[in-house]
Amino acid sequence: MKELIGLFLAFARIGGLTFGGGYAMLPMLQREVVEKNGWATEEELMDYYAVGQCIPGVIAVNTAVFVGTKVKGFLGAVAASLGVITPSILIIITIAAFIRSFSELPIVQNAFSGIRVGVCVLILSSVVKLFKKAVVDKFTFGLFAVVFGLSVFVDISPIIFVIIAAVGGIIVHLLKGGAAK
Amino acid sequence: MIFLELFLEFLKVGLFTVGGGLASLPFLEDMAEKTGWFTTAQLADMIAISESTPGPIGINMATYVGFTTAGVGGAVLASLGFIVPALIIAGTVSRFLKKFSENKFVKGAFYGLRAVSVALICSALVSVLKISIINIPLFAETGNFLDLVSIPGIILGIGCWCVLKKWNPHPIVILGGSAVFGIVLGFLGII
Repeated sequence: MKELIGLFLAFARIGGLTFGGGYAMLPMLQREVVEKNGWATEEELMDYYAVGQCIPGVIAVNTAVFVGTKVKGFLGAVAASLGVITPSILIIITIAAFIRSFSELPIVQNAFSGIRVGVCVLILSSVVKLFKKAVVDKFTFGLFAVVFGLSVFVDISPIIFVIIAAVGGIIVHLLKGGAAK
Repeated sequence: MIFLELFLEFLKVGLFTVGGGLASLPFLEDMAEKTGWFTTAQLADMIAISESTPGPIGINMATYVGFTTAGVGGAVLASLGFIVPALIIAGTVSRFLKKFSENKFVKGAFYGLRAVSVALICSALVSVLKISIINIPLFAETGNFLDLVSIPGIILGIGCWCVLKKWNPHPIVILGGSAVFGIVLGFLGII
């Protein structure tokens, strides 16, 4: 029980003190998981983090599940992942309730019409970084172009694209591996 | 039953979102269109809040959508729905972690998935552009190219981009600056 509470609290600190998720979370993870509690080694944490990006879901939660499972099995995974989401839930509910009561004010609406432009720029900047890592050859460029075009102009669920991408990726990757040998 | 619907919708998002928080954006947009629980404009505001507060962006977005749709209960259930697939998938994968990341099927799937994830985020970006900088209905009405883009929006956008590339500040700085810009323009009666 003590370990479960420890996992919950450590991951609540990680969730509550890191902005932006993803890469920003790594130093905090190292401190709580490796240095303070010794739940995993530095190398293990890097593996968790790398695989956490390659499976569905939020990277922070996936990492929490890996660490939690290692320490205390399934219950550990539950404790760690609840820990990582609890600060988000509390903070966002507070802010959302606050904004809802002021959203009619012209000053708030003007602020948000500016903020939406800022959001575009932030997304664009992330997209540029991701593009460089993801679009590496003709196949991935073709996939990118077709899916981008279709999803802007045609109403198709993104789930379909995700499934096609996974299957197509496997086929092309295997064919390439075969050709290399 | 709105709570159950929220839980199940986010279960789906959690299952198909690959590559971190922003990748959930196209799914949320799809959800907005299908269910009418929230608008694209609200979604953009949620992104802004999620980027400016601590915690994983995906969880912040799920909580926000859940709260907007069905209050505190909705917020909790949406976030829980979002993490259930992670518990199952990551919990299973953790047993054979090393083999998993070197598996050629996994590698192949991710080779395709990364490209599609970027494409989907790009199309979500287009939706946010349509409510902030580009005004297609007004352009269709007047046929005037100057009506297609909002001039203050373009100026602010270019300004944000330059600041971001030059100093790489925290997102909250970009969003705070944009808010002030919006308020000042409103005060001057420009927007």
